[in-house]
Amino acid sequence: MKLVAKNVTKDGEGDVTLVPEEPEDMWHAYNLISDGDSVRSTTIRKVQTESSTGSSTSSRVRTTLTISVESIDFDTQACMLRLKGKNIEENQFVKMNAYHTLELEMNRKFSLRKAEWDTISLERIEMACDPTKSADVAAVIMHEGLAHVCLITSSMTLVRAKIDVNIPRKRKGFVAQHEKGLQKFYDTVLQAILRHINFDIVKCILICSPGFVRDQFFEYLFQMAVKTDNKILLENKGKFMLVHSSSGFKHSLREALQDPAVINKISDTKAAGEVKALENFYTVLQCEPSKAFYGKKHIEKAIEAQAVESLLISDKLFRCQDVKLRKEYVQIIDSVRESGGEVKIFSSLHISGEQLEQLTGIAAILRFPMPELEEDSDEEA
Amino acid sequence: MSRHRDVRNMDYSEDYDGYDDIYGHSVDDDYYISPSNRQFLYNRENAGQSRSGEVYPMEQDIQEEDETEEELKLMEMDKAKLESCMDQVRTTLSPLHMSRQEIVKIIIDNKFEIDKIINYILNTQRTMPTDRRDKGVVPTTTIIPSGENENEKVIVPSNTNIIKGFEIDPATLDSISRSQSPNSGRGTPVVTSNSEIAEEPKLRKKDRKTTEALYKKERGEAREHLYMIVIGHVDAGKSTLMGHILYAMGQVNQKTMHKYEQESKKLGKQSFMYAWVLDETGEERTRGITMDVGRCQFETKTKMVTLLDAPGHKDFIPNMISGAAQADVALLVVDATRGEFETGFDFGGQTREHALLVRSLGVTQLAVAVNKLDTVAWSQDRFEEIIGKMKSFLRQAGFKESDVTYVPCSGLTGENLVKKPSESELMTWYNGPCLLEVIDSFRPPARPVSKPFRLSINDIFKGIGSAFCISGKVETGALNVGDKVLICPNKETATVKSLAIDELSQAVVFAGDQATVTLSGIDMQNVSVGNILCDPQDPVQVTSKFEARIVVFNIRVPITKGCNVVLHHQSLEEPAVICKLVAELNKSTGEQIKKHPRFLQKNTSAIVEVQMSKLIALELYSECKELGRVMLRQSGVTIAAGLVTRIIS
Repeated sequence: MKLVAKNVTKDGEGDVTLVPEEPEDMWHAYNLISDGDSVRSTTIRKVQTESSTGSSTSSRVRTTLTISVESIDFDTQACMLRLKGKNIEENQFVKMNAYHTLELEMNRKFSLRKAEWDTISLERIEMACDPTKSADVAAVIMHEGLAHVCLITSSMTLVRAKIDVNIPRKRKGFVAQHEKGLQKFYDTVLQAILRHINFDIVKCILICSPGFVRDQFFEYLFQMAVKTDNKILLENKGKFMLVHSSSGFKHSLREALQDPAVINKISDTKAAGEVKALENFYTVLQCEPSKAFYGKKHIEKAIEAQAVESLLISDKLFRCQDVKLRKEYVQIIDSVRESGGEVKIFSSLHISGEQLEQLTGIAAILRFPMPELEEDSDEEA
Repeated sequence: MSRHRDVRNMDYSEDYDGYDDIYGHSVDDDYYISPSNRQFLYNRENAGQSRSGEVYPMEQDIQEEDETEEELKLMEMDKAKLESCMDQVRTTLSPLHMSRQEIVKIIIDNKFEIDKIINYILNTQRTMPTDRRDKGVVPTTTIIPSGENENEKVIVPSNTNIIKGFEIDPATLDSISRSQSPNSGRGTPVVTSNSEIAEEPKLRKKDRKTTEALYKKERGEAREHLYMIVIGHVDAGKSTLMGHILYAMGQVNQKTMHKYEQESKKLGKQSFMYAWVLDETGEERTRGITMDVGRCQFETKTKMVTLLDAPGHKDFIPNMISGAAQADVALLVVDATRGEFETGFDFGGQTREHALLVRSLGVTQLAVAVNKLDTVAWSQDRFEEIIGKMKSFLRQAGFKESDVTYVPCSGLTGENLVKKPSESELMTWYNGPCLLEVIDSFRPPARPVSKPFRLSINDIFKGIGSAFCISGKVETGALNVGDKVLICPNKETATVKSLAIDELSQAVVFAGDQATVTLSGIDMQNVSVGNILCDPQDPVQVTSKFEARIVVFNIRVPITKGCNVVLHHQSLEEPAVICKLVAELNKSTGEQIKKHPRFLQKNTSAIVEVQMSKLIALELYSECKELGRVMLRQSGVTIAAGLVTRIIS
C-alpha cells in the first residue's frame, strides 16, 4: 500500500489517501474502513439519460464518487472489496443520496475520511505501508482423501482449493482400487498446485501430512514433473518442504507452522508469530491457570489491575458495526500499552486468528496471578 | 454344431452310470463286510482317530494316510494339548481312580477343553464339583455323536464306562466329536443360551419380533461372529502375530507364504514375512508398517473371528479408530523386549492410547498378548513385570480384571499361538491357554437386531459393473435385499441391490455383521465415508451441533472454549469446535462441580457443546450406544472421548 496523503487533525478527524498495490492491501483496507466513514474513489457508473423526445439511453461513465459507507463486503477468493453506501457529493451523473457500490481496485487511489482516527487504524496504515515484504508461503495440507491448497501471506491464509476424494480402503485381494484412487487423488492435488500457486511469488511450499502421504505425494509430484517435462516444477524443487501435521484439515496448518524448520524459513510471516503467541497462552493456561484469561469481562478486570502483560486480540473485534463497542476495544489496547503491556492483533484470516475468535476473540497473559478472577465464573456470553 | 446340443440340460449322471462303481471308489469295506465284523478290520479312514484314542497318535499311522502334512502337525498339536490336559486333570483331581487310557479318551471327546473334561469326569464319578469358572463364559454346545464315534466305541472295548456316561446323562453332556482340525466346520455347535439376543423393551414396530425370529432362524445354527481388533504400539508385532496365526490356521497357503518369504528376504526384511499376509499395499510392505486396517477371517472352535489388524503408528490412529469402532473385542499386543515395552507404554506410547481408545469405543473384553518373549529367553520375571504394569493401567482405563487375559507368546516363532507351548523354558512356568483358545473364549456381545436399522459406512468402492458398493458394520437392526435405505446426513434414498458378507452373498444381514451392500439409485458422489445408512421410516438424527459428556484424557494443553478438534464418529472424521464448556463434572460421581469452567484440565469429566462444520448423522448414547460415541482428537493426540447426551438443532 502506498500512502499518498494524510491529513489527520489532533482530535483525530481527517482523511488519508492510499493506493493499494497488492491483494493483501485489500484486506488492510477492509480492516480500515468501517460503517459511517466516507470513501472517495473513481468508479464506473451506469447512467441513464432521457432525451427531450423521451427516449432513454444508458451509458457507462467513469466518475469519481464519494460515498458514506453502509456495508462492507470482502471477497476472500478474489481479494476484492465492495463498499455500498449513499452518495454524499453530487456531480453531473449521480444525485445526492443515490446508492452506489464502490469496488476498490488495485493501483487506483482512494481516500478515506473518518470522523475519528484511532490508534488501531493509524497503526494499520503504518503496517500496510511497510515496504519490507515478508515471504509468501504456499501450503498443501493433506491426508489420504483430503487436501487443502493454501496461500499464506503476512496477514491472510487463503484456501485456494479443497480436494475431498473418496479413496477405497485396502481390502483383502483388492489393493488395486486403493492404489488407483490414491493416484487419482494425487493427480488432482497436483493440478490444483499448478493452477493456484504462482512459483514466481511463493518463496516456499509446505507439504504437510500425517504418515507418509507427503513423501508419497512429493515423489509422485516429481515423477509427473519429469514425465510431463514441467520446467516450473523442476526448477522450483528446492522450494518444497515436507512437514508433519496430524491431519489434512485446515487447522492442522498450525502444527506445520510450529515446526522449527518452517519457522526458520518463514520467520517474518505474521502467521508463524501468531501461532507461537497463542501456543504460549495455552501453555500458561496449563501451568498457571490464574495467569491466563480470556473473555472481555475478565480482561477488563485484569486491565483495571494493570496486570496484562501481553494481550491477544482478533482484528475481527474492530470490524464490528457498533462504534461504541469498537471504542471499548481500542480503549483496552491503549490502556494495555500504557501500562507497558504488549499487544498482538491477530488476523482473523489466519488459522490462529480463527481459533482466537472462537475463544471470544480476546485473551491475555497476566503479569501476576489473579485467582480472584477465577471465582466469578458467570462470564460466558 | 455344439450349440444345438442341449449341453446345459444334459444328464451327465446317465452317461456316467456305472462310472462310480469302477473308478475312484474302493468298495471293499463298504460292501463286503458285515457290520458285526467291522471291528476286526483295519479301517484306514478312521485309523488315526481310533488309534490315537487308544494310546498315542503314532507317526507311522499318519504317514500311511494320504493326507498332507497338515494332519501331521495337528497330531503334534493334539499331542501337546493332550499332555497339558492330562497334567491339569491330574493336578486338579489328584486322587483319581482312572486309567490313563480312560482319561485320554475323555480328553479327546471333550476337545481338550480342560473345564469340560474336569466337569465330565466329576459328573461321571457322581460327585458334586465346584465349578471353577463361570459357566456362562463358554456358550454351551451340544452335538449328536456322529457315526464315527460309534465306530470308535466298537473298536475300543476298554471305554465301556465312558459309553455308559453317554447313556446315563446325555442331556448334560457337552461333547463335540473330535474334529480333524480346530478350524474345520465339522460339528456345528448349537447355541443354547439366549443371552445374545438383546431384549428390546419397547417394540416400536410389530415386525421387530419377526426380525428377531428371523435372526434366530438364520444365525442360530452358525458359529457366532466375533470382530476382534488387534492393537498396540508400533512395531509390537501385531501384523506378524496375526499373520502367523492365519498361516498356522491354514488360511494362507504355503505357496503364498513361500512367496512372501522370498520377497521379504529380497527387501532385507525377512522378519516381516508374516506381516505381509495383512499388509498388502506396496507402501506398507516397503516401509514395513501397517497403515490401514487389515481385515481377515478365520474360525475357531466356536467362533467365526474377523480380524482387524490396526496400524500402530501414531499418525494412523484415525484409521485405527474406524477399525476399533467395528470391533467387539480387542487383542492388545505388547512387546516384551527390554526398552521396547517401556517406550510403548510410557507417556506418548500407543499402548496406552490404543487401550484407552478401544475402551472408550465400548470394547470391554481384552486379551493382552505379551509378544516377543523369546527375545528375553521366556523369562517369567519379565512376563510378570509387564503384567503387573498392565494390570494397574488397565484397571484405571476401566477394564474389569476378569475380562482381561494375559498370554505369553512369540509372533515370529509362532510359540503359544494356536497350540500349547513347546518351548521348555516357557512350559516350566506357563500352562495357561494359548492365544487361540483365549480368542475362542471371548464372549460375543449382544446384537441389537430388533432395533431400527443402522449401518455406518466405512468404505466405498466400485463393484462389478456399473454398481457401487459400500461396506460397513451393521450397528443395529437388519437389512434385506430390496429394502429402501436412507443415507444420512444427505438424506438420499437408495435401494439395496445385493448384500454380502465376506464375498458370500446373503439375503439378509443383521446387527454385528460386516456387510458389503451394493446400492442402486444413487450416485457414488453423494455418499461418503462416515455416512449412516438407515431405515427411511426410522431415520437417524442429523445435526451440526450437539452436547456431549466427555472424559478428558491425559492432555498437555487444556481444553478451552473454541478448541479446534477432529471429531471421530465411527468412520467419520470431521473438524469440529468445542463451542461451549457447559459444566465440569466429578469424574466418579458425575455431579456438577463447576458451571461454565474456563478450561478443562487433564483427567477431568465435563459436559460440552460441539459445533460441527457440517451436518453429521448420530444418535443419542441413551438410544443407540454404537452411534452415540465420539472421539475428540487434536494435533494427533486423542484428547477426549464423549457420549452424545443431547442433540441441539
